[in-house]
Amino acid sequence: MPAIPLAKAPQPSQTDPAQIRNFCIIAHIDHGKSTLADRMLGITEVVEQRNMRAQYLDRMDIERERGITIKSQAVRLPWRSGIDGQEYILNMIDTPGHVDFTYEVSRSLAACEGAVLLVDCAQGIEAQTLANLYLAMENNLTIIPVLNKIDLPAAQPEKFAEELAKLIGCEPEDCLRVSGKTGMGVTELLDQIVAQIPAPVGDANAPTRALIFDSVYDTYRGVVTYVRVKDGHLSTRDQIQMFSTGVRHEMLEVGVISPEPVVSKGLGVGEVGYVITGVKDVRQSRVGDTITTYNNPTKVALAGYKDPRPMVFSGLFPIDGADFPLLREALDKLQLNDAALVYEPESSAALGFGFRCGFLGLLHMEIVRERLERESNLTLISTAPNVVYTVTTGDGTVLTVTNPSEYPEGKIEKVEEPIVRSTVLAPSEYIGTIMELCQERRGTLLGMDYLSEDRVEIRYTLPLAEIVFDFFDQLKSRTKGYASLDYEPIGEAEGDLVKVDILLQGEKVDAFSAIVHKDKAYAYGTMMTGKLRELIPRQQFEIPIQAAIGGRIIARESIRAIRKDVLAKCYGGDISRKRKLLEKQKEGKKRMKMVGRVEVPQEAFVAALTTDADIDKAKAKAKERE
Amino acid sequence: MNTLAFYVHIPYCVRRCGYCDFNTYTPSELAISSDLSATSRSYIDLLIREIEFACETSTATTVPTIFFGGGTPTLMESEDLGRVISAIGSHFDIAQNAEITTEANPDTVTKEKLAALREAGFNRISFGMQSAVEHVLKSLDRTHNPENVFKATAWAREVGFEEVSVDLIYGTAGESIDDWEQTIDTALSLPISHISAYALIVENGTKLGAQVKRGEVIMPDDDQTADKYLLADEKFSAAGFNWYELSNWSKPGSESRHNMAYWNGDNWWGAGAGAHSHIDGRRFWNVKHPAAYAQKVTENKNPMHEQEILTAQEQRSEEIMLQIRLVTGIARASLSESEASSLVEFVEAGHLQVEAWEAGRVILSQTGRLIADRIVRQILL
Repeated sequence: MPAIPLAKAPQPSQTDPAQIRNFCIIAHIDHGKSTLADRMLGITEVVEQRNMRAQYLDRMDIERERGITIKSQAVRLPWRSGIDGQEYILNMIDTPGHVDFTYEVSRSLAACEGAVLLVDCAQGIEAQTLANLYLAMENNLTIIPVLNKIDLPAAQPEKFAEELAKLIGCEPEDCLRVSGKTGMGVTELLDQIVAQIPAPVGDANAPTRALIFDSVYDTYRGVVTYVRVKDGHLSTRDQIQMFSTGVRHEMLEVGVISPEPVVSKGLGVGEVGYVITGVKDVRQSRVGDTITTYNNPTKVALAGYKDPRPMVFSGLFPIDGADFPLLREALDKLQLNDAALVYEPESSAALGFGFRCGFLGLLHMEIVRERLERESNLTLISTAPNVVYTVTTGDGTVLTVTNPSEYPEGKIEKVEEPIVRSTVLAPSEYIGTIMELCQERRGTLLGMDYLSEDRVEIRYTLPLAEIVFDFFDQLKSRTKGYASLDYEPIGEAEGDLVKVDILLQGEKVDAFSAIVHKDKAYAYGTMMTGKLRELIPRQQFEIPIQAAIGGRIIARESIRAIRKDVLAKCYGGDISRKRKLLEKQKEGKKRMKMVGRVEVPQEAFVAALTTDADIDKAKAKAKERE
Repeated sequence: MNTLAFYVHIPYCVRRCGYCDFNTYTPSELAISSDLSATSRSYIDLLIREIEFACETSTATTVPTIFFGGGTPTLMESEDLGRVISAIGSHFDIAQNAEITTEANPDTVTKEKLAALREAGFNRISFGMQSAVEHVLKSLDRTHNPENVFKATAWAREVGFEEVSVDLIYGTAGESIDDWEQTIDTALSLPISHISAYALIVENGTKLGAQVKRGEVIMPDDDQTADKYLLADEKFSAAGFNWYELSNWSKPGSESRHNMAYWNGDNWWGAGAGAHSHIDGRRFWNVKHPAAYAQKVTENKNPMHEQEILTAQEQRSEEIMLQIRLVTGIARASLSESEASSLVEFVEAGHLQVEAWEAGRVILSQTGRLIADRIVRQILL
């Protein structure tokens, strides 16, 4: 019987590193990672059959609904190898699957000695998986290639085994074939993890060094920090210290997740578990930092710690201005659990009071917005996302611009923008389409490789700003959903960029200003002025709508003055009706924003800031809920 | 003097026009097989009982105006309509110079019918002419031959009606500016003293409303309708008809006194199914369906469906909303300082009459009338 009852399994803090295997699963959304994890929990019997539920490890509703993992977790699985009959402890470290969280992925990988590369054998490898695979290979992890969903009729295990073999440099027959759904091949996979992945190595007598690979805020416990002990030992008797800040904390609890928390005396070399220190904010317990003991601190931190750096900025405003304090509270709460989220108050003439927020990427932005709306019952409007620009003015002043409204007036010497190296994987029939899109978006081709006969990897450098602006939606729609995208920042480059302002009756509307490439300024200007002409109701005077770069008008529309706004009849029964209509209009008036003399309905702002892709997404979401 | 005007509602039509959302019923809607005469006769009896009830409720003594509307009042026998006037006269004093109006369908009246109406006590008649252009009438579901209006108005004068009015509708789908000008010219060639001209309102719940929603009928844009208003105002004024309310023009002294009662906030009693009343800041209205109305009145119950008692603020809103539509406008002094200053832009833009403004009154100009509701919102919101 390969499963071992928990009580009889090797206990935390007393487990020989030789018995430990730390691994993660690298997979794309939908490729069945959560199902495989569920199956592993079942087969190792850490979760009883009757307590099992789908996607057991995904904690947040949003994770379960969207089928993606935002935060990683670690589960301790006792296992008796079917090969040598020995007892082992497998620590499965879950990794987030999205490009926005590359840094968190890299820290999860740093906590492991091996990785299961899980690929849906009906779909093949995706760009993000490939990126994470490369990351794992750079970390010298042992890769176990696994084809999942072999029970599917559309499965093409031969084809994709070849693809994987080519990528990692193994033989196609080395790829394991499993079905997370039926459980087929999972026992063999567990045995192979034991057989192939090296045991952790560390010095039990050296000063303690433990890597923080995740940090989660819990309402009742405060921050729960997930760690992997590299050297030394962590125990409840210790006072610990964060290497980056030097701040000392009491250790309130140490334990492992199996998959519910189990308190232990401590954690030894190679072990994975959690610590609770009473800290209330994840920023005090940052992913990538090194935990050491106060009494015997290490002098050398574990490598790779980075401060999370927001890449994409957007303004978030409550539709109802009265919700501003609620939004602040919601952001404060969210930040406890999201060290990458930054925000500061912002006031917009058009949208009122809100926050300028910085995100790791578009998905991060979407998730934050969705969580704010869902968990705090807010309705938000977000301005078009933008990247961080470095602007050098005529007099040599260098400014960091995260908001178009901070863009300096007057002479600009140069503007630099973030550049990413992007990888697109797609069926080869779409090469032309993809290259066309990348060219349109100011891309430079770096290279192209065939993964298999009909699948290709295309590499481009692109300005991040171009990706932020509906690139992914375009890529998906132009390739019928087949292409996948990954990107990583590689620095900054000078761009021919300008700020386009939108003016209503000569008044700048801050929410609509955008920093765009010179060649696209006109298109942006005509698009916005045209949209606003449709959205803003006619008023008693003519309203010119202009798009301008500095003082130069590049596009112009106008809303003609309204000529008729009266109901012809007003007799007996009409009177009450008309008065009530007036009272109703009073409510509508409250939702009007004034831009100079122009009354703009809130809905017009929302609609003008909504892209077609947003509308499609909203529709799809509504459909899902039906 | 303690006065009470009477509105009498006749909720029957031979057929329903596509644009109409009035409280009126056709034989098929009432599920009756033959004509409406028997139904209408018994309806008159109910009206007379409601008038008795009005007398018990009101402290008024004098009735300055009576107006029969619908529906189609002329579907009733003239003597039946006369019975209603007599009933009012037996409970109140009908003023010597009282204005007693009925609406009439130019298609269904004969000279004899008009004479009988005159006999019954009516001295003012308002014909639903709508348009002089056949395809416009057709799109309104009106069937009459434009010729009938000439005859009907001439007969009305012949039998002794001193005040003859026509109702016009403009802004229907497919109506050109020329079509409308033809209607204006035709109306001005009639022996009349009063014109009401209404821009068509597409109401929810009507056949037209559904057609517009489904895209089967495309309404002309508001700018064209505005042009039509201006054209009508020019031509009516030139012919000696002066505007005295946004949609009403008359020869001097021929203004509808009954309608002025609505706009001046006087007291009036609306008798009949769905009719609205206003007494001293209280508005109430009867149950809508003739059968429900009949049941209540027969059981000696108040046929009132609902009422609202206006707050001082609501009364003020109504006053501004209604009186700004009149040629006399409102007093600038009745506005607060901030309300008045919010109107300056309309004075400057020529939507309020400059001289009147300087003399302390808020009076709409020609273009201002077209945006009257916006100006009201500017004051009140």
